Amino acid sequence: MTTVADTQDTRTAWLADFERFARQADGEAPASVVELRRRGIQRFEALGFPTLQQEEWRFTNVAPIVRTAFRRAEPGSHEADGVTPAALEPFLYPDLHRLVFVDGFFVPALSDLHELPEGVLAGGLAQALEAHPERVEPFLGEIARTEEHPFAALNTAFLQDGAFLSIPRNTVVETPFHLVFVSTVHDQPRASMPRNLFVLGENSQSLVVESYVTLGTGGHFTCSVTEVEAGPAAVIDHYRVQQESREAFHMAMFQIHQERDANVRSHTVTIGGAIVRNDTGVVLDGEGGDCTLNGLYVINGTQMVDNHMRVEHAKPHCDSYELFKGILDQKARAVFNGRIYVHPGAQKTDAKQSSRNLLLSSDALVNSNPQLEIFADDVKCTHGSTVGQLDRDAVFYLRSRGIAERAAQSILTYAFASDIIERIKVDPVREELAEFLFTRLPEGEVVRQAV
Amino acid sequence: MLVIKGLKVGVEGQEILKGIDLEVSAGEVHAIMGPNGSGKSTLAQVLAGREEYEVTEGTVEYQGEDLLEVEPEERAREGIFMAFQYPVEIPGVSNTYFLKAALNAIREHRGEPEVDAMEFLQLVREKMKLVKMDESLLNRPVNEGFSGGEKKRNEIFHMAVLEPTLAILDETDSGLDIDALKVVADGVNTLRQSDRAFLIITHYQRLLNYIVPDYVHVMVDGRIVRSGGKELALELEEKGYTAFEAEAGSPSQTAEPVTV
Repeated sequence: MTTVADTQDTRTAWLADFERFARQADGEAPASVVELRRRGIQRFEALGFPTLQQEEWRFTNVAPIVRTAFRRAEPGSHEADGVTPAALEPFLYPDLHRLVFVDGFFVPALSDLHELPEGVLAGGLAQALEAHPERVEPFLGEIARTEEHPFAALNTAFLQDGAFLSIPRNTVVETPFHLVFVSTVHDQPRASMPRNLFVLGENSQSLVVESYVTLGTGGHFTCSVTEVEAGPAAVIDHYRVQQESREAFHMAMFQIHQERDANVRSHTVTIGGAIVRNDTGVVLDGEGGDCTLNGLYVINGTQMVDNHMRVEHAKPHCDSYELFKGILDQKARAVFNGRIYVHPGAQKTDAKQSSRNLLLSSDALVNSNPQLEIFADDVKCTHGSTVGQLDRDAVFYLRSRGIAERAAQSILTYAFASDIIERIKVDPVREELAEFLFTRLPEGEVVRQAV
Repeated sequence: MLVIKGLKVGVEGQEILKGIDLEVSAGEVHAIMGPNGSGKSTLAQVLAGREEYEVTEGTVEYQGEDLLEVEPEERAREGIFMAFQYPVEIPGVSNTYFLKAALNAIREHRGEPEVDAMEFLQLVREKMKLVKMDESLLNRPVNEGFSGGEKKRNEIFHMAVLEPTLAILDETDSGLDIDALKVVADGVNTLRQSDRAFLIITHYQRLLNYIVPDYVHVMVDGRIVRSGGKELALELEEKGYTAFEAEAGSPSQTAEPVTV
């Protein structure tokens, strides 16, 4: 792909690129994957890139992504791209199981797995497809709703590698997995398409952190799909921390399928990127399921973050809690679209959704839109949405105790985000996020002292 | 210490304080009593530096300087403290750390070094005893989930730690049971000293059974209509505010400047 042109031309370029890709990659892939790719490219061809005329995309202009001629990332170039252990150091957390992906491809040499319980698989998807297809194929492409989502369809068309985790039943992995997705920067910006799959066996427990980072500054495009199969009574704490460069484009689909009594807590943190869209979905597909989806975005400049949520209650007696908070400064824009869909028969559903936004500038903008579709009659569904400035009474209270105005504002801004931060169980992730806020906020030192 | 002359204050074009004269010297306790809507809380807020209120006339001098030009945080650092009628909840900020930040801001202003961690802990423990506050409230976020009484105690606790020169209590007694009321009174009485003054704003005489004021002022409709000694509070208790409201209603009645 080399030309910069209109939507039609870029789509054609992606289609042509797919032909090249398929010729080269299909030979090594299992038939199921080849079939997934075909379906992916067909859906992408049929859907085309989204436009503002489409309901699901009406606030998110992806034209800058469509207009850019990206080069699709290919495996095996990490050394040439300067991705060395030293260069990665700032992004790593010591003592966690570490899996490193460069432009979407697993790099064992940069990864570091400690001893794992028997039967646990952790590594690259491509590798797993070769060595343990029976643990991958039943789930791959079965969970994510890629059919109606052009970017997820594109990811599926170019499905090749990404992260794969498989936790056997009754297995507890105490040490969190840290999946580091590193993007490299080039004159011709790259597109990486990690495809991740986590299969959590019955009654298993695990913690997974996905970090999306950029090595250096400059543009690139991450187009990711993560599928999670949470077996009966499986427990997972999941974190997605997107801290890519401010020029990066990021389109991510994250879809969970929960069996009975499964307990999923997911946290989506967005601080980087120019245009970011997170499509987060869960299907509560067994009784007693419990799902918490927390989110925090802290953006400024002209950053744009769109969180599209879809929580589907398919079976009775499931609980879902969504709490998303945004801090927007300057001309930042955010979209929160929260769909809750309760199927007929999904009685005793308890679904709560809350979207709270703090605007630090009069130029910042939020579009918040709850969508409740309820087809059962014995359910509790609540939603709330707020967009506002700092509470003047609170600012005055702090000032009246001797704290300077800017410091008071910073303390209250941190306080706004603090409940989401405190819910992060993996210490280094929580500490790093707090640290980011101390750095971002004026008078951050005072805040550091005060919390 | 505090000299208020002809103070007129409005909010959104409506005049609330219609000419207040008041002088408070070091070591004194002044009580300002009045019915709801008389403007007594507005006076407290203006002294603390609330920006929503517009001063249209008059002057306020604190320690010989024009107070009205000073930012709220500067006033706090110069020793003015207001206990809020409705203390604000601040989730995510622990009570202790907030207090430490406040104390350090005041110390920095005085050219003193930051408070040492051990020293601070000792100070906090000592002051907690004074207000009989549960230690668990120290590590909780400021006022979050506190009961009404706990919030008021916390205000007195802050006051005790920050050791202000002029402390203003804005209806701190409202809604308190007798035990909590005694705690508030004990806090004030312990802090009473020759270089510190108190301005106690209250709707009820009850608090003044425990904090014996040097002066009592009755405020009605934005004016101080009567000033006197502690016996005035008792008179007020007997007669009720209506008698004073009648006085205020008479156009010939203007506030007499109080000299103390």
